[in-house]
Amino acid sequence: MLEKIKEFAGDFFVTGDPLIYGADVSIALALISIITVLTYFKKWGWLWREWLTTVDHKRIGIMYIIASILMLFRGGVDALLMRTQIALPDVHFLEPEHYNQIFTTHGVIMILFMAMPLMFGLFNIVVPLQIGARDVAYPFLNSLSFWMFFFGAMLFNMSFVIGGSPDAGWLSYAPLSELSHSPGVGQDFYIWGIQISGIGSLATGINFIVTILKMRAPGMKLMQMPMFSWSVLSSCVTIIFAFPILTVTLALLFLDRYLGAHFFTLDGGGNPMMYVNLIWMWGHPEVYIVVLPAFGIYSEIVATFSKKKLFGYKSMVFAMMIISVLSFFTWLHHFFTMGSGADVNAFFAITTMLIAIPTGVKVFNWLFTMFRGRITFSTPMMWTIAFIPCFVIGGMTGVLLSVAPADFQFHNSYFLIAHFHQVLIGGVAFGYFAGLYYWWPKMFGFKLNEKLGKWAFWLWNIGFYVCFMPQYFLGLDGMTRRVSEYSWDMGWGPLNLVSTIGGFLMGIGFLFQVWQIAHSIKFMERDTTGDPWNGRTLEWSIPSPAPLYNFATLPQVQNQDDWWEDKQRKANGLPSTKKPQPLEPIHMPKNSAIPFIMSVCWFVAGFGFVFDWLIFAIPGMIGVFICLLARSFSYDTDYYIPVDEIKRTEAALRGAN
Amino acid sequence: MLTRKFKTRPFMAAHTDTAHGSHAGGGHGHDEHHEHEHESMKTFGFWLFLMTDCILFATLFATYIVLKGNTNGGPTAHELFEMPGIIASTFILLTSSFTSGLAVLAMHKKNVKGLIMWLGVTVLLGASFVALEVTEFIKMVHEGATISTSAFLSGFFTLVGTHGLHVSLGLFWMIGLMIQLSRRGITPVTQRKVNVISLYWHFLDVVWIFVFTIVYMMGVM
Repeated sequence: MLEKIKEFAGDFFVTGDPLIYGADVSIALALISIITVLTYFKKWGWLWREWLTTVDHKRIGIMYIIASILMLFRGGVDALLMRTQIALPDVHFLEPEHYNQIFTTHGVIMILFMAMPLMFGLFNIVVPLQIGARDVAYPFLNSLSFWMFFFGAMLFNMSFVIGGSPDAGWLSYAPLSELSHSPGVGQDFYIWGIQISGIGSLATGINFIVTILKMRAPGMKLMQMPMFSWSVLSSCVTIIFAFPILTVTLALLFLDRYLGAHFFTLDGGGNPMMYVNLIWMWGHPEVYIVVLPAFGIYSEIVATFSKKKLFGYKSMVFAMMIISVLSFFTWLHHFFTMGSGADVNAFFAITTMLIAIPTGVKVFNWLFTMFRGRITFSTPMMWTIAFIPCFVIGGMTGVLLSVAPADFQFHNSYFLIAHFHQVLIGGVAFGYFAGLYYWWPKMFGFKLNEKLGKWAFWLWNIGFYVCFMPQYFLGLDGMTRRVSEYSWDMGWGPLNLVSTIGGFLMGIGFLFQVWQIAHSIKFMERDTTGDPWNGRTLEWSIPSPAPLYNFATLPQVQNQDDWWEDKQRKANGLPSTKKPQPLEPIHMPKNSAIPFIMSVCWFVAGFGFVFDWLIFAIPGMIGVFICLLARSFSYDTDYYIPVDEIKRTEAALRGAN
Repeated sequence: MLTRKFKTRPFMAAHTDTAHGSHAGGGHGHDEHHEHEHESMKTFGFWLFLMTDCILFATLFATYIVLKGNTNGGPTAHELFEMPGIIASTFILLTSSFTSGLAVLAMHKKNVKGLIMWLGVTVLLGASFVALEVTEFIKMVHEGATISTSAFLSGFFTLVGTHGLHVSLGLFWMIGLMIQLSRRGITPVTQRKVNVISLYWHFLDVVWIFVFTIVYMMGVM
């Protein structure tokens, strides 16, 4: 009996690596300390009522951001482990199998569990405030999306200590990801972790499209909408067309592995290239899904800190919409080497190059917005300015890669690695950092320390170029991606060492950001104005942090940058064009425990499918089903905030001014 | 009127109503108006969901078409499909779409009994469709044509099975809705729910027409 348990535990838990034992211990300690703190301060009820069951978009946004910062840490540690392994030739820091797992989890975590939730966090916090709404269209569904993401991410991360991590690359190409080549459970963790959180992402896409189309403040026309909300709309349209493809692709891979189907297998008539096509039909739009909102953030920031209206508003909107459409016609450029023939390759090379046109339009618009503006160099603006040259270089190397004949040389080399990190860090991560700094005071009511922020900014930026510029040359020297070890005579040593130093500089930059947040929580002054940056859009017209109902009376919008125009009229001594509105009871959604419970059920079911334990999978799926029915049968889902309470809240918030 | 969380027309909030704050009394005109807007927004979201479901089926169709020639020495579509049963189930599903339409008509006439009755008929027809499909699948498996026989059959079972799963979920959903209707009658909320499920049902009908044409008709041709 004891032997059996030992044998089971040996398979169930990941063993044999001191790094993992260290992680086991730290996970256990962190869990114990969280439980102790919550119990000691009697915070369990608070956690449940105020956070786990909340349907408030602002709180859901904050939870997304906390989760994504934790994931940034994990993904970043993965990156540094890899850079350490290949810093010099013939290093034996990580075993090749372990290296495979780490580059797989690094990619998945950074894109799906760091960039996506950080993006959704900003959507949640900003969009309703910016368009003058009191919540998103479907607050319950919004909470469900968050918890599906959260438990999907937990399931994926669990593979680290239980069962073993996936190791077939971030997109898990078949047939490597098939049972024949990856018999362990890691690949099943990959499928279910992403599947569960992907359904949540799809729901968020629908939610924000309806929010933006149906819930704008009275008078706000689409062409007066703040640019960030436009970018969210274009991103969400891309989500609802792209994510169902991911759902199907993962489901088919699961059927291959679980029921022995032959979609992507080498035998039985399966077609592995079908997998590669399908996964990129989602995967390419996915990178535009994450970068479009970053474009929106830059547009907001550049206008605010140049004290000028955004240049070329209409062309910005058209550029983003064109990018969302074109993003669906470029997927094959990820595998020109498949050999689909010159005509097919030429088509996809041209569509890829076309995307550079709307992107170029946007870059010029940002530059012209700054032209003759009164620029303030605060941290959000610094990230924005740093983004422009970085993204232009990344874009140009992208055009180089899109030349199909040349791509046969660049394909899967470090040149490619450098390119996509340049657009994903320089474009996406810089953008979300900028957005986080910019809207932080709206979320928490205080700014982040500028001095520490500038340290973090320079460390990240210098680190970035030191890390990734050498990789272009490594790629041209023939170093391919996913290489875990090389010998001295390859001549790649010096550049790799430089690159690793850059990676660690970015790591230090991250530590500065953590320090910055901790320091600011303790020392920064409260912002009582609600408008610390002299902003232009509606979110700055209300107190920070915003009250539960956001707007006591719905704003009446007449202009693009309505809040700015209003302030200008006041400054010039002109009467406001807004008529004061009487307070009325506000209709709000009630909190619900169903999203949390249903996501736990998904987690249990996913865990069961991973290990093929039907005693988990079946009850989990039944739980999901019961939650759906319970929601369908509950009619008491909303309430009204009475006028007296609104008056009290507003007096408390505005009285402080 | 009560301040609305949701808006469709600008400056509607400019109307004021002395009765505001009297929500507890309920049932006055503006409140219903508010509820109506709320519900129409949910219907709009459901249209978007149907679009995502469309992409989901499109992906499955594409996969089936790519793989349908790869029979791996196993049975082909021509040998496997038995058209009389398929045509019968097609007519059953099309009829159920018609009866779900009759249910909506009954709802517009405020006829709760008729509404529940027609939904019941739709459920019965839907259940017989699923039963026929399951019988067909079982028969195929007994003949040795399983999901793991060939890529063609993997594509076939997954595409047709996904449609069948959608129909089955719709059955549970419809039964749940019938219970709610019998308890609450026709309200803006239940009305929206009936509209949404009938959209879903018609959508599944359209998908089936593609399944019938692309999988079965083109398979035996």
